[in-house]
Amino acid sequence: MHLAYPAVLSALLFCTGLYGVLARRNAILVLMSVELMLNAVNLNLVAFDVWLSRTAEDTLHSGQALALFTIAIAAAEIGIGLAIVLAVYRNRGTSDIDKLRDTAEGHEPDGPDSDTTGRAVPGSRTAGEKAEATA
Amino acid sequence: MTLAAAAGTAAHATTTTAAAGTHGFLSPTGVEIAFLLVGLVTFGAAVITVTTRQLVHAALWLVVALGGLAVEYLLLTAEFIAWVQVLIYVGSVVVLLLFGLMLTRAPIGRSPDADSGNRPVALAVALAAAGTLVWVVTDAFRTTWIDLDGAPAGSTDVTGASLFQHWVLPFEALSVLLLAALVGAIVLSRKAKADAASDAADTRRDTEGTR
Repeated sequence: MHLAYPAVLSALLFCTGLYGVLARRNAILVLMSVELMLNAVNLNLVAFDVWLSRTAEDTLHSGQALALFTIAIAAAEIGIGLAIVLAVYRNRGTSDIDKLRDTAEGHEPDGPDSDTTGRAVPGSRTAGEKAEATA
Repeated sequence: MTLAAAAGTAAHATTTTAAAGTHGFLSPTGVEIAFLLVGLVTFGAAVITVTTRQLVHAALWLVVALGGLAVEYLLLTAEFIAWVQVLIYVGSVVVLLLFGLMLTRAPIGRSPDADSGNRPVALAVALAAAGTLVWVVTDAFRTTWIDLDGAPAGSTDVTGASLFQHWVLPFEALSVLLLAALVGAIVLSRKAKADAASDAADTRRDTEGTR
């Protein structure tokens, strides 16, 4: 098989995931796009490992071992990421990453409504969190 | 055939050039045609995943994309990775994503604000990256062929042997990382619940105080 087939497919999948990460607004859709990017990397690892295991004398099968490690790390990442998204949803009532602008610097580009609500709610939440942390 | 194999084993450095003489761009093998068709399905499913406005449909199209990638692994003779892909991605990651969508009360129908405002910029960046990557990759591996004949390169036997001979230490470190991720996920979700309870208590106290 020509090596360009898996390589080109992997590049296209990676760029699809890149578009999804940049263009999506829901945090869970962003996580799905990250999964697509990780899978593109896995396809590259497996294809190059199969190629090199035929051409090289002795091989460690490092590509397939790294692909397995990437799959395991992606599973851990999706678990932690979903836990964080659910915690944010419980605290803020939204999983919209465009509205989570508490650490944004400079002028506020979004409207005054999100400014007031976005200011009042996190203030009380962080105060409660600090009180609980000190208690 | 045996002569070509002998030549290939004798001179590893010239394997790719020797292989380039026997292969052709315009005569794809059956495996290449199957790879191309499954790759088109996979890529189409991935594009629908990142562009559809129905959130649950995005997760379901992700199943198609990941299953297509598992078939691609099978075509590349990496059997073990293919079944691990089916088990972990299609079996657990997508289920987790669907649970996340339902727990955050994602709208079932079409949601108009699935895409953010920087969509043209994202499209430009993705197209530029795709053009650059595809150009570089095709230019670099124009004369490289994967030899898929013979024993499979990624059977469970081969993968297990290499994993537990050369990669034992990273494997064990990875198990520690998985344990840490497990504990971290539990702690994150428990802490959020405690926060909600204390916040509810705080607001109740506040309203009683104002009364």
